[in-house]
Amino acid sequence: MDLVSLAVKSVFIENLALSFFLGMCTFLAVSKNISTAIGLGVAVIVVQGITIPANNLIYQLLLKDGALAWAGLPNVDLSFLGLLSYIGVIAAIVQILEMFLDRFVPVLHSALGIFLPLITVNCAILGGTLFMVERDYGFTQSVVYGASSGFGWALAIVALAGIREKLKYSDVPDGLQGLGIAFITVGLMSLGFMAFSGIKL
Amino acid sequence: MSFLKRTLDNIRPHVTNGGKHERWYAFFEAVDTLFYSPPDVNKGKTHVRDGVDLKRVMIFVWIAALPCVIMGCINVGMQANEALQAMSINEIQGWRGQLLGMFGIGVNPDSLIANFFHGFWYWFPIYVVTFAVGIFWEILFCSIRGHEVSEGFFVTSILFSLIVPPTIPLWQVAVGISFGVVLGKEVFGGTGMNFLNPALTARAFLYFAYPAQISGDAVWVAVDGYTSATALSVAAASGVEGLQAAGFTIKETVFGAIPGSIGETSLIAIGIGAIFLLYTQVASWRIMLGVLLGMIATSLLFNLVGSDTNPMFGVPWYWHLTIGGFAFGMVYMATDPVSASMTDMGRFVYGLLIGLMTVLIRVVNPAFPEGIMLAILFANLFAPLIDWAVVQSNMRRRGKRYV
Repeated sequence: MDLVSLAVKSVFIENLALSFFLGMCTFLAVSKNISTAIGLGVAVIVVQGITIPANNLIYQLLLKDGALAWAGLPNVDLSFLGLLSYIGVIAAIVQILEMFLDRFVPVLHSALGIFLPLITVNCAILGGTLFMVERDYGFTQSVVYGASSGFGWALAIVALAGIREKLKYSDVPDGLQGLGIAFITVGLMSLGFMAFSGIKL
Repeated sequence: MSFLKRTLDNIRPHVTNGGKHERWYAFFEAVDTLFYSPPDVNKGKTHVRDGVDLKRVMIFVWIAALPCVIMGCINVGMQANEALQAMSINEIQGWRGQLLGMFGIGVNPDSLIANFFHGFWYWFPIYVVTFAVGIFWEILFCSIRGHEVSEGFFVTSILFSLIVPPTIPLWQVAVGISFGVVLGKEVFGGTGMNFLNPALTARAFLYFAYPAQISGDAVWVAVDGYTSATALSVAAASGVEGLQAAGFTIKETVFGAIPGSIGETSLIAIGIGAIFLLYTQVASWRIMLGVLLGMIATSLLFNLVGSDTNPMFGVPWYWHLTIGGFAFGMVYMATDPVSASMTDMGRFVYGLLIGLMTVLIRVVNPAFPEGIMLAILFANLFAPLIDWAVVQSNMRRRGKRYV
């Protein structure tokens, strides 16, 4: 039950895109078309679902204060290496994933295409890991959190792409066209997502 | 009337293309088409199925909201007059008191006339401010961008004036409707181009910006210092038993004699509006049915699950229907054809989503007693996506049929 409420919480209440505004660059740039947005969304779910548990293992077994007790070093605190290791892990995993897909699942590789390397530098990915560290999730929790926070971000970008496809038929003033109206749209979307703020699970 | 027509015809050459006062065309056109049909005629072949145009659709919604205005005014006045009687005050201060005194009406809660006029002097200023400020933005945008002023704002203005509490400060009305019209609609190009319902955008903005004047217990009855909880907040605190203990009956909530936003309380008035909208086919029955079914299914589910700590779980669907703004949102807000889904199947799904979200917010979100406003805004976000999914599945199905 705890895991279910964690999942609901990270999809809707603490949506990475619409309540923390993380990963905005890709969120705004790759949301002009629904099918592209779905591709990117799936890529984010996969990468979040792999990197957050991986970083969780690294944090819990190597970096945390006293985590090296199993190696006979109970007084060592390596958490200052956190940012460095997480970024390295994310970049390495994305690279390995891309090579793996290219070799064994070429269909998926061509579908995800450019998005895999693109989301290496997406702050939603690193943000997810840092939230996991800050809230001190266990391994199972981090698996659930990774997949569901990725899903929340994917849901938001697909909805935004739907709205932007509809807005093709609207008549936006010259000065606001492009990114300007996208920012306003995202702001209004997060007004709609306020529906969930305040839910305690 | 021929004088008016002559005057308008005399002005026309000066404001049309190339005239001296060309930039006033939007304003001229708005006044001209209010009184007379435009002189333009079609030059090619035409195919007319029905004489329905934007003006007729919008004016029909405006007419459909009138029962809510009348019942709303009566209810606001009655709540206020009953409160005054309970505090044994016989007259009210300020300009409303002077106006009522001038016609010798008084504040007797048993008199329909007294109730109506007392309430009317609360609703009318709100409507005037909404209309004046909103139409200012409309005409400003239309003049600069060279559009024609459309009738869409008639609907937005009357609906917005009905979903605010009677005691709301008028400057907040002005700020709210400015946000709704400019950021909710005009930046996207005006009527028909937006993706959120402008009236609800305006209200949601006020709700988060000035919660003290639009929620709580002190704002629903138009008497200073008199607090009265809405049926929803009573239900959230103590469930159906609490509702009955506080003296709310189904008869009262159907008739609309309960504290609440101006137009949302009376199920009878909303029902008359709904029948009119459905008969004229302005509103989609699929959306209304979807919202209703979604609400009933979700509340039955919560009834079944039950909860020891949250009394809202046990509230049955007929209470959900009659208290709060559910019915008003279902009939007038969810059916807004611009921000809703466009496909038939999509409309149904969109309605279900609204019904589900409304009960979900009412029951499990302690921060907001009412859910319909945010539920509709939330469903507005997903309306284009629902349409997309419907179209895609349709294409797949037909593709399979003709291999």
